[in-house]
Amino acid sequence: MNRQRDTVIEVKGLRNSFGEQLVHEDLSLDVRRGEIFGVVGGSGTGKSVLMRSIIGLQVPDEGEVTVFGESMIGRDEEEAKHVRRRWGVLFQGGALFSTLTVAENIQVPIKEFYPGLDPELLDEIAAYKTAMSGLSGDAGAKYPSELSGGMRKRAGIARALALDPELLFLDEPTAGLDPIGAAAFDHLILELRDALGLTVFLITHDLDTLYAICDRIAVLADKKVVAVGTIPELLALDHEWIQEYFKGPRGRAAAAHKQVEGASA
Amino acid sequence: MLRLSGALTLLRVRKLSEQLGEIEAENLTVDLSEVERMDTVGAWLVHKLERDRGATIVNASEDQKLLIDHVARADMPVKIKRDYESPLLVILAQAGMSTLEAGRTMFGMLGFFGALLISTWNIIRHPRRFRFNAVTQQFEVVGVHALAIIGLMSFLVGIVIAQQGAVQLRQFGAEVFTVNLIGRSAVKELGVLMTAIMVAGRSGSAFAAQLGSMKLSEEVDAMRTIGVSPMEALVFPRVLATVLLMPLLGFYAAICAVIGGGIFCWVELGIPPVTFVQRIREVVPDTDLWQAMIKAPVFGLIIAMAGCYQGLQVQGNAEEVGLRTTTAVVQGIFLVIVLDAFFAVFFTSVGWL
Repeated sequence: MNRQRDTVIEVKGLRNSFGEQLVHEDLSLDVRRGEIFGVVGGSGTGKSVLMRSIIGLQVPDEGEVTVFGESMIGRDEEEAKHVRRRWGVLFQGGALFSTLTVAENIQVPIKEFYPGLDPELLDEIAAYKTAMSGLSGDAGAKYPSELSGGMRKRAGIARALALDPELLFLDEPTAGLDPIGAAAFDHLILELRDALGLTVFLITHDLDTLYAICDRIAVLADKKVVAVGTIPELLALDHEWIQEYFKGPRGRAAAAHKQVEGASA
Repeated sequence: MLRLSGALTLLRVRKLSEQLGEIEAENLTVDLSEVERMDTVGAWLVHKLERDRGATIVNASEDQKLLIDHVARADMPVKIKRDYESPLLVILAQAGMSTLEAGRTMFGMLGFFGALLISTWNIIRHPRRFRFNAVTQQFEVVGVHALAIIGLMSFLVGIVIAQQGAVQLRQFGAEVFTVNLIGRSAVKELGVLMTAIMVAGRSGSAFAAQLGSMKLSEEVDAMRTIGVSPMEALVFPRVLATVLLMPLLGFYAAICAVIGGGIFCWVELGIPPVTFVQRIREVVPDTDLWQAMIKAPVFGLIIAMAGCYQGLQVQGNAEEVGLRTTTAVVQGIFLVIVLDAFFAVFFTSVGWL
């Protein structure tokens, strides 16, 4: 697949505040097509707010946000729909519709954007998406309240992937998954990226995920993006928080794990 | 030989799956060399050709092979629909469930009342566990914030009674008895009853919704693990506030209704306020007020208990919060009216006419 290095998400001079509290100031970043872009930062540095600004759920005070070359600020709902069908979003808690079964949840975006599909085909799509996200065979007919937290997350992923989006937003996808599930999830994202040419915007605290799948990582601190780059590039920087983050005990463990994996492969 | 071309994506899949359905040949060879774009849905269709009709896929690119392979691995039996149940059985089951539920609610409420008494006793024995701030906050929400709406409602009800009463009594030349009608009905029945309905709608529902969402977000469980009893911390302040405020609100409502009726009498019937008040004092016996003041706290107890009980029964999803809130209000108002009937019979038989 030809992976052009053009820009999918462009954020320029973003400023977000809640009352007195300033969250972002003059924040800029670019996400390129086909990459898995990780966003890290301490708690409360506005990672989720950044994601919400990009997908248009939070109107920033200032700045420009462009997705697929189209400005996301001040658009009406009808126009925004065209961009929305090209992305999928996984929220932190899964955000499944609680009155619908998992299969129906997956079918919601498909029915919304592509009405008139054969119900049988819709069921087939829901079935393979359910299986693809690693849920067991009986999960499709269950309601979200009947699922565990990790399963809800997987169902959320299945729904985010329902439209085969070009761009995937993931807010802490592996939080709350067991290590095996988290590794399987990393693998799933990599595979989908390769097969579908997906671009992934990934907020995470999971160092294993960062090492395993992220092409580039943006570090959020002091209300802006202080650094963007691959892990070796970030490690070379002399920034206190970055050093602590990647070289702390957990960071070292994840790095060692990556090396072992590399050696055995 | 089947040659697919262009985009094999969700956008095109509707037409494509119809066209594929029309082809009847077996042992197809599917050529993907001209396919420009393919997503998982396209891959699924190709996989189905391979699986169901023994098609051979040729000229697939590496990425396409990967994608088809990926989809093929996800092809396992997944249950999509809930199991079918016959409508007759569903109706029977619903009737049975409702009956069970009604019985369970009765026992549940009884148990809840017992638990409430126990926690009240505990608080009396350990006065430091009394949550003063929580109670005063409930006073504000249940009482102070309700003053405007209850006042306005009762005032209007007073005017309506006066107007309707005057029209009927005029036919017998007994217009002057409108004052009796206003005074007795407002003080004895309507003040408290209308207040109870309003409080059930405002506060009973709020209790159910608050406790319900706290239950959903596991706040109630968190409280228990810390050793705080939800009965003492959540239920008791709400019940106490409602029990204490119902008589006050009921009295206030009665006064507002009498004022509304008085203004009507003044404007329409030419009875001056001084005369009106004098007549009211003559015709409304003390026992009317005692009746109202005895009924009010009981109504408050019922409303608050129904709200809190239903709220704490919430489990599962957000829809349940809505259902339980509705149930709390319906139950509250229903029980209030049933009890009001009992009270009426009782007070009449003890001679409080």
